[in-house]
Amino acid sequence: MNFLIDSSIMFTSQVLFFGFGWLFFMRKLFKDYEVRQYVVQVIFSVTFAFSCTMFELIIFEILGVLNSSSRYFHWKLNLCVILLILVFMVPFYIGYFVVSNIRLLHRQKLLFACVVWLTFMYFFWKLGDPFPILSPKHGILSIEQLISRVGVIGVTLMALLSGFGAVNCPYTYMSYFLRNVTDADILALERRLLQTMDMIVSKKKRIAVAHRTMFQRGEVHNRPTGFWGMIKSVTTSVPGSENLSLIQQEVDALEELSRQLFLETADLHATKERIEYSKTFQGKYFNFLGYFFSIYCVWKIFMATINIVFDRVGKTDPVTRGIEITVNYLGIQFDVKFWSQHISFILVGIIIVTSIRGLLITLTKFFYAISSSKSSNVIVLLLAQIMGMYFVSSVLLIRMSMPPEYRTIITEVLGELQFNFYHRMPHPEQGEQRNPRSF
Amino acid sequence: MAALDRVKVLVLGDSGVGKSSLVHLLCHNQVLGNPSWTVGCSVDVRIHDYKEGTPEEKTYYIELWDVGGSVGSATSVKSTRAVFYNLLNGIILVHDLTNKKSSQNLYRWSLEALNRDVTPTGVLVTNGDYDREQFGDNQIPLLVIGTKLDQIPETKRNEVLTRTAFLAEDFNAEEINLDCTNPRYLAAGSSNAVKLSRFFDKVIEKRYFLRDGNQIPGFSERKRFGGGMLKSLHYD
Repeated sequence: MNFLIDSSIMFTSQVLFFGFGWLFFMRKLFKDYEVRQYVVQVIFSVTFAFSCTMFELIIFEILGVLNSSSRYFHWKLNLCVILLILVFMVPFYIGYFVVSNIRLLHRQKLLFACVVWLTFMYFFWKLGDPFPILSPKHGILSIEQLISRVGVIGVTLMALLSGFGAVNCPYTYMSYFLRNVTDADILALERRLLQTMDMIVSKKKRIAVAHRTMFQRGEVHNRPTGFWGMIKSVTTSVPGSENLSLIQQEVDALEELSRQLFLETADLHATKERIEYSKTFQGKYFNFLGYFFSIYCVWKIFMATINIVFDRVGKTDPVTRGIEITVNYLGIQFDVKFWSQHISFILVGIIIVTSIRGLLITLTKFFYAISSSKSSNVIVLLLAQIMGMYFVSSVLLIRMSMPPEYRTIITEVLGELQFNFYHRMPHPEQGEQRNPRSF
Repeated sequence: MAALDRVKVLVLGDSGVGKSSLVHLLCHNQVLGNPSWTVGCSVDVRIHDYKEGTPEEKTYYIELWDVGGSVGSATSVKSTRAVFYNLLNGIILVHDLTNKKSSQNLYRWSLEALNRDVTPTGVLVTNGDYDREQFGDNQIPLLVIGTKLDQIPETKRNEVLTRTAFLAEDFNAEEINLDCTNPRYLAAGSSNAVKLSRFFDKVIEKRYFLRDGNQIPGFSERKRFGGGMLKSLHYD
């Protein structure tokens, strides 16, 4: 009976997360495109829902909600489903959509999608070889094997993201890096751009006029093609066409120049906006944060290097450490058990919420920057894959922030993973950059 | 021959609808072999005979300015694009018949081009809502072109065509539906070619023959710092 109630609670929360993922997809990610393949939306929402359920189970673990055996069951179930999605479904669909974009392979879509998926599986398996994760006790296709590989990829990804964020955030927010851009600079560049466009237009007019006169005179000029054409063009050459091809080359060069000028002008506009922003109150606040974060990130990198070089592992989690400090050095007495539960709940909750929010914002920005109408499906699926791996490895790493009594369930479920290996990596949740321009 | 008069027509639309293919087809009567993303703006020239077949026939250059990008771009990109919207004489709005969003975005595109009010910081002031009155007194001729007609199955064609007819009516413009990879849609003598010709004639007329205040004054860069007083009538 208890089990049924627990299951129904879990199920409702999963449906809620699914709905949230669906809405996010529709309103934020795909707001400029039309969803034609609903499969993509479903997969994205399902990945999101199951990832959030894992975090929810951790919170339940700390708070002691639900029966412990039903929690264990749901953990296992959740993990199996997520691994199924991340390793089988999403890569297969990515391969399928990539293949359907390429015109050549259009006929045998399924076949080539399977081929792509098999290549992915091969590399995925090979990934595990250099790392100390193979334990002789368990078989080949066990959960531990899959999770360990997903964990490696996810943790590397998180480290990369946070490293990128660590460098990008100060650059974006600190005014130290802003060049001085005046309106006169922008004006001058725009004038050059328009002049280049005018030159392109006048050259194209000459070409068009030349084509038209040739057409009217009845000399429809065909480019000599093929082997005999090449030999023919050595002896006879139409003088008009040589002129034209010269002008065409000039036009191509000018078009390239106009593209460069356009990009530079856009860059200058963006810098000017950032200068305006940095003068506002919000801008100054983030400028200060930028200094703070850069120092923090440098310190973290330093500590991570020392950990790896000297083969150290952090023994206690921050909550217990904090309580020890307050009890021993500040002499404040309070009920350790009670407070450790609540503090760890709050800490883990904050870590979870900020990392989910930060990831969604980063994914959205990334998606806007690189997607187009053809590749939007593939990119969304890639993002779903990254999101799933990120969340799975978050679970692995969160274990370190929790006091020992709550770690049991993760240890039980994930078996004999060499957690220490993962814990040496820098803590991405804490060093992760959150873009404050929220949605 | 290089001293022909010219008119400037913008080609606007979402990314990937086929503007570059369309412009290539209009100017060279050939299909574009390798379409790739347009960065910034690409221009092409078409020689058009105004009032063809009549004694008043005259040849003009029509410059087709194909501006790349999406309607939801960053403000910095929008401000940069605004440089191309000066002195325009006509607008061709291109949308993808297989993608409803691209048709809806046409409203925002036309607003961006027609109301290029910029405050001193370079931020566009429009809020993107469609307002029929703004289009009522608009003097610039518009043409709506729907692409990728071949990708619509026969069964859905009617429904799609009714929808686009409403769209064109909203803009008070003619509409053409075609497939940019097939030159026969614009073959001489077909109704599409006639509509296109009429549109270009209208653009040339408005520019050169009806001089009573119909030429939109060039929004030169200096106006940006003097304040947008000219266009502020439309807002509030």
